[in-house]
Amino acid sequence: MARFGHRGMLFWTGLFAVTWALSTWSFQLYKALDARWIIRFPAQYELPLDDRISDFLDWLVESANFYLFTFKDLTRAIAATIEWPYQVLRDLLIEGFQRGLGDQAVQIAPPLSWIAVIVTAMAIGHYARDWRLAALVGACFAYLAVFGQWQSAMITLASVLIAVPIGAAGGLALGIAAYRAPWFERLLRPVLDLMQTVPVFAYLVPILILFGFGPVAALVATVIYAMPPMVRVTTVALRGVPPEVIEAGRMAGCTRSQMMWKVLVPSAVPTLMVGVNQVIMLTLNMVIIASMIGAGGLGFDVLASLRKLDIGGGIEAGLAIVVMAIALDRASQAFARRGVRHPPTGNVLQRHPWAGTVVLVIGGTLILGRIVPAVQTYPEALTITTGPFWSDAMEWINVNFFDAFEAAKTVVLTWVLLPVKQFFGGIPWGWGIVATGLMAWRVGGWRLGLLAALLTAFIAASGLWAKAMVTVYLCGVSVVIATLVGIPLGILAAERPRAGRVILGLMDTLQTLPSFVYLIPVVMLFRVGDFSAMIAVILYALAPAVRYAAHGIGDVPEPLLEAGRMAGCTRAQLLWRIKLPLATPQLLLGLNQTIMLALSMLVITALVGTRDLGQEVYIALTKANAGQGIVAGLGVAFIAIIADRIVNALAEGQRKRLGLA
Amino acid sequence: MTKPVILDCRNVWKLYGPHADGFLGANPAPDPEALREAGLIGAVRDVSVQIHQGEIFVIMGLSGSGKSTLVRCLSRLVEPTAGQIRFEGKDLLAASESELIEIRRKKMGMVFQQFALLPHLTVLENTAFPLEVQGVGRAAREARAREVIELVGLGGREGYYPRELSGGQQQRVGIARSLAVEPELWFLDEPFSALDPLIRREMQDEFLRLQNILHKTIVFITHDFDEAIRLADRIAVMKDGAIEQVATPEELVLRPATEYVAEFTRHVGRAKVIRAASLAAPLTGDSFAGDLPHDAVVESFAAQVEAADLPHRVIRDGEAIGQVDRRAVIDVLVGRR
Repeated sequence: MARFGHRGMLFWTGLFAVTWALSTWSFQLYKALDARWIIRFPAQYELPLDDRISDFLDWLVESANFYLFTFKDLTRAIAATIEWPYQVLRDLLIEGFQRGLGDQAVQIAPPLSWIAVIVTAMAIGHYARDWRLAALVGACFAYLAVFGQWQSAMITLASVLIAVPIGAAGGLALGIAAYRAPWFERLLRPVLDLMQTVPVFAYLVPILILFGFGPVAALVATVIYAMPPMVRVTTVALRGVPPEVIEAGRMAGCTRSQMMWKVLVPSAVPTLMVGVNQVIMLTLNMVIIASMIGAGGLGFDVLASLRKLDIGGGIEAGLAIVVMAIALDRASQAFARRGVRHPPTGNVLQRHPWAGTVVLVIGGTLILGRIVPAVQTYPEALTITTGPFWSDAMEWINVNFFDAFEAAKTVVLTWVLLPVKQFFGGIPWGWGIVATGLMAWRVGGWRLGLLAALLTAFIAASGLWAKAMVTVYLCGVSVVIATLVGIPLGILAAERPRAGRVILGLMDTLQTLPSFVYLIPVVMLFRVGDFSAMIAVILYALAPAVRYAAHGIGDVPEPLLEAGRMAGCTRAQLLWRIKLPLATPQLLLGLNQTIMLALSMLVITALVGTRDLGQEVYIALTKANAGQGIVAGLGVAFIAIIADRIVNALAEGQRKRLGLA
Repeated sequence: MTKPVILDCRNVWKLYGPHADGFLGANPAPDPEALREAGLIGAVRDVSVQIHQGEIFVIMGLSGSGKSTLVRCLSRLVEPTAGQIRFEGKDLLAASESELIEIRRKKMGMVFQQFALLPHLTVLENTAFPLEVQGVGRAAREARAREVIELVGLGGREGYYPRELSGGQQQRVGIARSLAVEPELWFLDEPFSALDPLIRREMQDEFLRLQNILHKTIVFITHDFDEAIRLADRIAVMKDGAIEQVATPEELVLRPATEYVAEFTRHVGRAKVIRAASLAAPLTGDSFAGDLPHDAVVESFAAQVEAADLPHRVIRDGEAIGQVDRRAVIDVLVGRR
């Protein structure tokens, strides 16, 4: 605690006291001085950025011309190249291949039968790891058939199968370019930062304007959302190739392209597969959001049910997404860990047992399906609908526990949420800029202070101050609670291996759930409002706090613990005196991740009625106002960037002090 | 040395830090003080060495002495800041990227400390890799790879992946790979440092056996002085980026040029280094217990001389150049000389 010595303590209490005083009396101050600008940014100085962006987009679509082709031609070309393979996949999985148009259409071949798809999925699972994975993947896909989600699930699968290769290949290409050319990386890094922090809703509007409503627009949005981690993973993976391996390649006389494709990329494959896994998970995460601009499938089912308040339908479709996410996640993780194996020997069938089986099953079901329809399409009579069950269960909970939930909600609202909301809401924008700048300066030097102050000033000057403060308050409360719950859980996981397996396994599963899914039960139980938003955000953002805490505590070097034990530390002393102080950099990294996840979830909770920047973005989406959406989205991104830089500076300082840097 | 010079390296510098190139232009021969003031690190300072055909030239130094950087300058994996390097009479530093690729494909091989095998390739594919990038057909390159794998004693393990091999076996693959193209100049960068002592010794024997068959020109890097004197024809001792002394192991022990080299050689088992010729005293009588070759190390004849009452003759080119008696051998063994 040396950092917060006497003077440090004075600085932080002083800052808080001034902020609190200004927050409490800002309204009186404005009345007394008759200066309305104190609490509201003067309208005539507001930046007209949103209008400019909207005008620019209009210009792009209406009249932009690159001599040989117009901008519209470009977007159409992109749309066509995505549309074509997507349609082929849809034919393959859902509609079947047809000749002719409209009424004259004749089906040449039916889509793949449900049995064929399940067998293919199992084959991939077995190839990636073993029979257990094959069984898991097969069970997941069988679930989709039995519970009547097959059609929607195949639509979703088709868009995943298009978005993932584009995202992975594009990310790999950009990552390689960044690895080769340092200037390109310097250019790319801030763009990636923004792409990962600007909420998805913000760029849905421009995509909608450029590509029109439909699956292509949804795919474009999905790829933009899912690609950045692949770029980062690629550069990290290539940098992680041992220098001696690169030198060995050079001494063997590799040309530049031989070096890339025969040495660097193959050596980096295990790490690259982690990136592909990320792309898959983010793609699934986007499934529901993308259905707002025209992706069909499970996402659309969830969204439609939420809008109709059809509890059962929403949970059913949501569960189907979860099941699919689990199957794809486990399979792609298994690929990442697979490594090279010795190829089997023998004849063609012995060498490719799974490919052979898959071809046989596809052919077999194709022929058999003509005679027995149940082979082609899972019979409707045998599907199980769980919708009513979920609706009844929710109703039962609400009837029996309504009072308890209501009481808990009221207590938290009155004693936590409202006071904090008042505190943040009262801060005058001018002081907000100064205070943010001072905080950042204190932890990270004057450059960081200046950056933080400028970014805050942008938010104020865009006329978004009040909504931004709602975002900060909701995010702040959720992060504090998530940390208070998450760190003890993480410590427990590190200290007791058996509990740890359960806790970390649970966190793994929580992280595979698409963010949207969290909203469903929360809305059912607590209806709309800040409290529901907070619960959803906490659930979504809990995982990194737990994981980093478990990691940080578990990674404390054994000799230090032995030294502690020999000095006669009790278990508690060992934890408080040795493990926790040494784990602080990791804990701070966890905090950083928690904040980032909280902010991204917060935007989605706009759907359950928060009045923050997320709502601003969402309104812009419904009005198709690109400028408004982007500016509000930048606001969220800037809050994320300020928080990220400050927490990172704290972690860095802590690492230096512990001599770990 | 009468053998021709293969690699001729003159006044090579490698500086790290801001504006390293311009600095040497302004100060052609800076001392360590000047470098420190300019914020530069002199990884290699004014190194000149000539490496002759067929010799094992060992570069010896502690970690941070610049030996790894020097060997990378010699292979141009690292671009020297200044100096001249001629390989087979041609200016290596003037070679274009494509010429350099050609030289490395045909004439150089290198073995690395951490083996640097490609994890996704089998032993056979790793060994054949330098041939593959040259565009040699599969049958030809695999036949050649099998030959070298056999040579390094890994026959039967062609289908293994690196992770399935022990450290010593992995380094055998590294050696096989570097030999696949039949290089004229063979760099070994601390090839045995990552192995445990027993395996290290075994690999040194293996290396000497290979060199007896192949007669390559070798630049061998090590931080282990015992390894250096075991393997080297000549040793260059490096400290802080500069060469302290280049000499045969025996000369280093008998006539260290600097205090630093003397410190290093003080605790070396001298019987392993000193040869009969250095001990030879003028002939005094006519009767001898036997003859010794002039280049035998003391260790190899100590017991024999000590057991005999008469001195032994030292023979060079069929002529007796002197004698060695019990006393002289004991002097070496107890460290009196």
